[in-house]
Amino acid sequence: MIWASVLLVGIGCYALKLGGLSVPQRLLDRAIVQRVAALIPVALLAALVAVQVLADGQRIVLDARLVALGAAAVMLALRLPFLVVVFGAAGVAAVLRLVGWLP
Amino acid sequence: MVVDSLGVGLATGAYGVSFGAVATASGLDVWQACVLSLVVFSGGSQFAFVGVVGAGGAPLAGALTGLLLGSRNAFYGIALAPTLRLRGWRRLFAAQVVIDESTAMAIGQLKDRPGDERRARVAFHLTGWTIFVAWNLMTLAGALAGNAMGDPRTYGLDAAVGAAFLALLWPRLTAWPQRVVALVGAAAATGLVPWTAAGVPVIAGGAVAVLVGLALGRRTVRA
Repeated sequence: MIWASVLLVGIGCYALKLGGLSVPQRLLDRAIVQRVAALIPVALLAALVAVQVLADGQRIVLDARLVALGAAAVMLALRLPFLVVVFGAAGVAAVLRLVGWLP
Repeated sequence: MVVDSLGVGLATGAYGVSFGAVATASGLDVWQACVLSLVVFSGGSQFAFVGVVGAGGAPLAGALTGLLLGSRNAFYGIALAPTLRLRGWRRLFAAQVVIDESTAMAIGQLKDRPGDERRARVAFHLTGWTIFVAWNLMTLAGALAGNAMGDPRTYGLDAAVGAAFLALLWPRLTAWPQRVVALVGAAAATGLVPWTAAGVPVIAGGAVAVLVGLALGRRTVRA
């Protein structure tokens, strides 16, 4: 099932890229198409942030992940590079768990 | 322009190490992480897939989330097509590197020097393929390292995924409608967590936020 899904998302994402290069230009001119296209990444990424940080299975859990996300937001506001933000946040969570302040 | 393209390419490709590490931390094996980077080759979609799968969601829900995020590449393709003017097998190859950064570099060149399409094409291909090579090598490195580390929670790798999504989201929060949509998406998805199977909150919460965004836009137009 994992492999089938890996191939599905892979082939599907490639088809989307190739389709974009191949469709007629006038599709883009529809305002609603453009608006939905701009909104999808924002909506999905925000939902992914929330679920990734707060969910543990079907429970909402407040733990080191939330503090790490706050640290990531501060680092992003300081315009630090992507890798620093990602591994910096991991480091914050790791330290909080190591000293036993948060699970 | 060549230096800029290579610089953006190498810097972006380096993120691949975080994807590789996160993918194995989410329960994928090294092969699956590498095939995702080769075939999907779109950071947001790849992180979305492993994020949903790592949280215990159905792999198909992960694939659907990844596909929805990948839909933006279709719009990049539409915007790039008149400049790239690709035919036949060249289009089949170039399609794989239609991503955020290659599009931004090509469009940026066109804005700097309107009419110089050759320059924009070079920026697109150079950025895209530099990222492709670096991203895949770094994914392998990250996946091997992640595999060797043991429990990913000890190293906070579960927290790294949320940070990666936030870093991808951050540059898109330039105006209030986007920020409201982001807040609604996060709140709706969180609210759905206890009531739905893993994987569903992201897609359903995202859909609610898109609808709210469309309604917001309509009101702004009317006012």
